[in-house]
Amino acid sequence: MTARSTTSAPAPLLFAVTLAVSLFMLAPMLLSVMAGLVNNYSTGMKSGLTTRWLVQVWEVYGETVGASLVIALCCVAATLVLGVPCAYMLARSRSRAARAFEEVLTLPVAIPGLATALALILVYGQMASFRQSYGFILVGHIVFTLPFMVRTVSAAFQRNELLAFEEAARTLGASFRQRFLGVLVPAVFPAIVAGCLMVFTLSIGEFNLTWMLHTPLTRTLPVGLADSYASMRIEVGSAYTLIFLAVILPVLWALQALAATLQRRYGT
Amino acid sequence: MEMERTRIEIVDCAKTYPDGTRGLEPTTLTVEPGEVIALLGPSGCGKTTLLRLLAGLEGADAGSRILFGGQDVTSRPVEKRGVGMVFQSYALFPQMTVAANIGYGLLVRGVAAAERKRAVGELVDLVRLNGLENKRPAELSGGQRQRVALARAVAVRPRVLLLDEPLAALDAKLKESLRDELAELLRRLGITAVHVTHDQHEAFAIADRLAVMHAGSIVQVGDAETLYRLPTHAFVAEFLGRVNRLERDADAVARGVVKIGGVEWACVSRSSEASVLVRPEDLQLGPLRHDWAAATVRHRTFLGERLHLRIEAAGQPPMVADVPRDAPFQVGDDIGLWIAPDRLMASMETAT
Repeated sequence: MTARSTTSAPAPLLFAVTLAVSLFMLAPMLLSVMAGLVNNYSTGMKSGLTTRWLVQVWEVYGETVGASLVIALCCVAATLVLGVPCAYMLARSRSRAARAFEEVLTLPVAIPGLATALALILVYGQMASFRQSYGFILVGHIVFTLPFMVRTVSAAFQRNELLAFEEAARTLGASFRQRFLGVLVPAVFPAIVAGCLMVFTLSIGEFNLTWMLHTPLTRTLPVGLADSYASMRIEVGSAYTLIFLAVILPVLWALQALAATLQRRYGT
Repeated sequence: MEMERTRIEIVDCAKTYPDGTRGLEPTTLTVEPGEVIALLGPSGCGKTTLLRLLAGLEGADAGSRILFGGQDVTSRPVEKRGVGMVFQSYALFPQMTVAANIGYGLLVRGVAAAERKRAVGELVDLVRLNGLENKRPAELSGGQRQRVALARAVAVRPRVLLLDEPLAALDAKLKESLRDELAELLRRLGITAVHVTHDQHEAFAIADRLAVMHAGSIVQVGDAETLYRLPTHAFVAEFLGRVNRLERDADAVARGVVKIGGVEWACVSRSSEASVLVRPEDLQLGPLRHDWAAATVRHRTFLGERLHLRIEAAGQPPMVADVPRDAPFQVGDDIGLWIAPDRLMASMETAT
């Protein structure tokens, strides 16, 4: 018997279509990155490469990078503390009120962020020190991302084997605290990691809500990006995109790798 | 490793679910200290409900009483009841090693690390898991997982051990070898154990006594041989093995006999029953004789070590006979049939 490749026969048409779609998607990204690195976009590469736009962006909007990362991390922490116990209660309760609560919890995903933000401003806008702090944006992000954490973790808590783990821990004498932290949370750990990753990613890129909630002194990366597109040269906006990619991509890759490692280690 | 031997008394214990269905009719049962009892029955018979009531995972109806060693534990929560339980799926904690699983009950009780290590080591020896202490459950075979589950359950020195279908997750071949091992392990521990199963062979091999359950009630309690030979209920006879049902007309009932193929057997059981039962292996077959019933072989199934013959005799529905594999009978043969009168079992059904 001769060794035969198990891959399917080459399909030139399929390859051409894939290539065309990929180029169509990649071209704006590449062009945008290029625009941030040339002296003058209208004359293109001929005008020469420069890093002065990058430097200018960093001087004006540099603090938004740190703000966005800190808000995203705080958002992950808050959704963990609020979301994981909430997911457990929703998974264990069979009452109608629990199902209704689950629906309400999902509303901020369906309702436009602008509306959620307006509601927050109407109620809490008068509390000046809160309104002017990053905490205001953080609250908006938590409202928006919490359902993603709760849904993901709740689905994991609902598995039959989790019920059995809990009963086993009870017969062994474990109190609620002991079995929740010692048995149940570790058993759904992969789902919690997945939830964290989703919350972090959503918070970093969130624009709708944040644009309404921000003040000139509290800006995040996407808000700064919009501001630069609206008010400055196209080269500056493009340079900002480049910085966004340069900051966010490594962080996301690192988190993905961490999540994959944890899943491998703790996944069952 | 010797365990405390606790008497279990279940008095008028019942369970009604919130939707009104009766999971368990009022049940009374005593398990002697150190005894292994099997709750045996088909699914939905209430055996798992009774086990969960004993564990405290379900609350019993008002008026129910459960006593461990004379002490009323009915209202004690599961965490404080002092039971060890082996679950059908084993419910081993996946992120913990074998040693951490076994030691978990001691850990939550605040037992010092050194003492915990010593106790876990002793249990690992007992269930012969040496060398696997640092493996995770996912890396173990089914039989090894079952032993970890057992070691984890007895590590906290429970007063009572509860086993919920402990072999159901294993394949048939493994099941047979592991049930003897489990039986031997339970004897060595000397612990009072309640074993739930739907497999009568598993119950025979593991338990000292069996409580056969049907529709939320215990139908009969006794050792395997008594239940098999002298069932007091047709359900017990049929659940523990195959039976043939012999019918009696009004005349046979009146005269206290069973008529098969022109011959009459004196019926030892209650005279008012419309039918009596007999096991396939209690039908004796041979050449036709004047004092034996006349029968005909209609179907022959070769099963390897045994031979199953479907036979017909005048006045009775078809019967199955279980005979040694070398029996010479073929389909169509006219043969003689004889039943030892003491092998006729009561069906506990009255004539209509």
